[in-house]
Amino acid sequence: MFMWIIKRDLLLAVRRQSDVLTTLFFFIIVVSLFPLSVGPEMNMLRTMAPGVVWVAALLASMLSLGRMFSNDYLDGTLEQMLLSPQSLSLLVLGKAFAHWLVTGVPLVLMAPVLGIQYDLPVEALLVLTSALLLGTPVLSLIGAIGAALTLGLRGGGVLVSLLVLPLYIPVLIFGSGAVEANMSGVEFSAHLSLIGAFLLVTAVFAPWAAAWSLRVSLE
Amino acid sequence: MAINWFKYSSPASFYSLAGKMIPLFVFAAAILLVAGLYVGFFVAPTDFQQGEAYRIIFIHVPAAWMSMFLYVVMAFWAGIGLAFNTRLSSMFASAIAPTGAMFTFIALWTGALWGKPMWGTWWVWDARLTSELILFFLYIGFMSLQAAIDDPRRSDKAGAIIALVGVVNVPIIYFSVQWWNTLHQGASVSVNQAPAMASTMLTGMLIMVFASWMYAIAVILKRVRVIILERESHTAWVAELHKKGAV
Amino acid sequence: MLQGINLACVRGDRELFRDVNFSLEAGGLMQVRGPNGSGKTSLLRMLCGLSNPAAGEIRWDNASIRDLDGEYYAAMTYIGHLSGTKDDLTVLENLCISSALAGFEIGIDQAKEALSRIGLRGREALPVKVLSQGQRRRVALARLLVCKTPLWILDEPLVALDVSAVKLIQELLERHLQEGGMVVMTTHQEIDITAASTTQLHLA
Repeated sequence: MFMWIIKRDLLLAVRRQSDVLTTLFFFIIVVSLFPLSVGPEMNMLRTMAPGVVWVAALLASMLSLGRMFSNDYLDGTLEQMLLSPQSLSLLVLGKAFAHWLVTGVPLVLMAPVLGIQYDLPVEALLVLTSALLLGTPVLSLIGAIGAALTLGLRGGGVLVSLLVLPLYIPVLIFGSGAVEANMSGVEFSAHLSLIGAFLLVTAVFAPWAAAWSLRVSLE
Repeated sequence: MAINWFKYSSPASFYSLAGKMIPLFVFAAAILLVAGLYVGFFVAPTDFQQGEAYRIIFIHVPAAWMSMFLYVVMAFWAGIGLAFNTRLSSMFASAIAPTGAMFTFIALWTGALWGKPMWGTWWVWDARLTSELILFFLYIGFMSLQAAIDDPRRSDKAGAIIALVGVVNVPIIYFSVQWWNTLHQGASVSVNQAPAMASTMLTGMLIMVFASWMYAIAVILKRVRVIILERESHTAWVAELHKKGAV
Repeated sequence: MLQGINLACVRGDRELFRDVNFSLEAGGLMQVRGPNGSGKTSLLRMLCGLSNPAAGEIRWDNASIRDLDGEYYAAMTYIGHLSGTKDDLTVLENLCISSALAGFEIGIDQAKEALSRIGLRGREALPVKVLSQGQRRRVALARLLVCKTPLWILDEPLVALDVSAVKLIQELLERHLQEGGMVVMTTHQEIDITAASTTQLHLA
């Protein structure tokens, strides 16, 4: 069941590649806008880089949240999933995982390239990538709750950002904190372990809360 | 004598009970407010470090406390409403949100006003001010979600879920912001770090906290009454009230 | 056995129905009738557990469907107004995935056979978005052939279907009822289905 839902969502993503690419290009464009707005001074860009990449990743992942459930809601497949004998939380976990594979992983892979634009040292690039690797699934999981709650509401896209962005703050702080710590020569593993802890906790609780939200939204 | 408390959990009887209680709380709030402001502005001594400017804490600190308490109280009632399907508790949660957001806003505003004479800037990215700002976002999120949903039952339940998710996250957000702040060595003086407090200052502040509670209860009860009227507009007892011209 | 006890439904301020009682035995057909807006779809969504009744209880084999949860869903197939198919997937993929999510993993051959019985032979590899309304309906109804659940809840299953398809569905329903299945359905079309017991539920 878990595998089926992932397979299904990946298949749909393959049929609709443009959706995946728009999210990725949104991420690239946002990151590339900053040097244009604050000037190409390399020292400043280097200190800004982790924050800029993380905020752009937050926004990109949030923009694609609308697609997590709303298409399935409109064509009735979500209704059928709610009536599945298997656990709805597991199904939501599958959908969040698929969402991460489709939107999170490309961001993670693209991040080192963007880091080079900002002249980050190699080690910092590695830390940035691993922080994103651990942090982006948290964004998809927390986002699932917001996406489920705003299902079918007018202005749902803007609303979901109001609900979800404040909840993203801890990941943002520790994610960019890890890179900054590395660049100032401080041990960064504590940051990564904390993001790992967030990931575990959200993987347990977020699908459950999102499943509950889906039942409320479809009633 | 046994009192049937459950009687008041029905919106109709709560409506009239709340109507009787509101004037009491308004009265208490007014008395306490006058007393608290008097103690704060005329009795409490001038602070040797901060001069007269510190007196804004008599508004700032109660507002900040209230903003946090009310969020927890709101999540509590929303959770009760979700778990036991009690309409009145969900109505309470919706009624608390605007008051909580207002106190958060006051705390932010007075924090800025205090910051100007203290550090020469209106805003510093101090841990507590930042958390207060995020709390404000959480209130706004809760209210916008409820406002976007037309069906009251769905609105109650969806609001409850986001409030509970929020209340779980508040400590996490608070500690990460705290940690972020110590790392970046931002403000050296925390806004809420009260100077060595004279006992009159403490008295003044406590009176103001009670005044805020009384005010909050009065306003929330009033708002619950309005929500009850709105939601029960199709029932016989509301029609009766209209006939009597009591609304 | 499916039972509804004193069911009531409220939408917004309006009460759609109250005190609806019925009981459906094995082999029984229940047709829900009533004008537009009388709450037929609302009742069906309650019966499949998507929404909660404002009052009353729904029982499956003498246990509330609230408590049964997954166990009840394993015994029930719901086909609603929305087709429940993905436009970007092919007919075959749609059938395989939707039945897998309903708890019945089927092979390609079994799926192809079901599709040809429902009249979609040769269309297996087409994406659903190029199909007509009636054909989409058939894709949705093909689930009934592969998901062996005793209780079918069908909301307007005959909409957009042509005469031959209506006949096909009619036969399908009759076979299901003969085998001891149960059907709850709404339809505005006159349809003649022989069943061990037929209940008409009128919503005012």
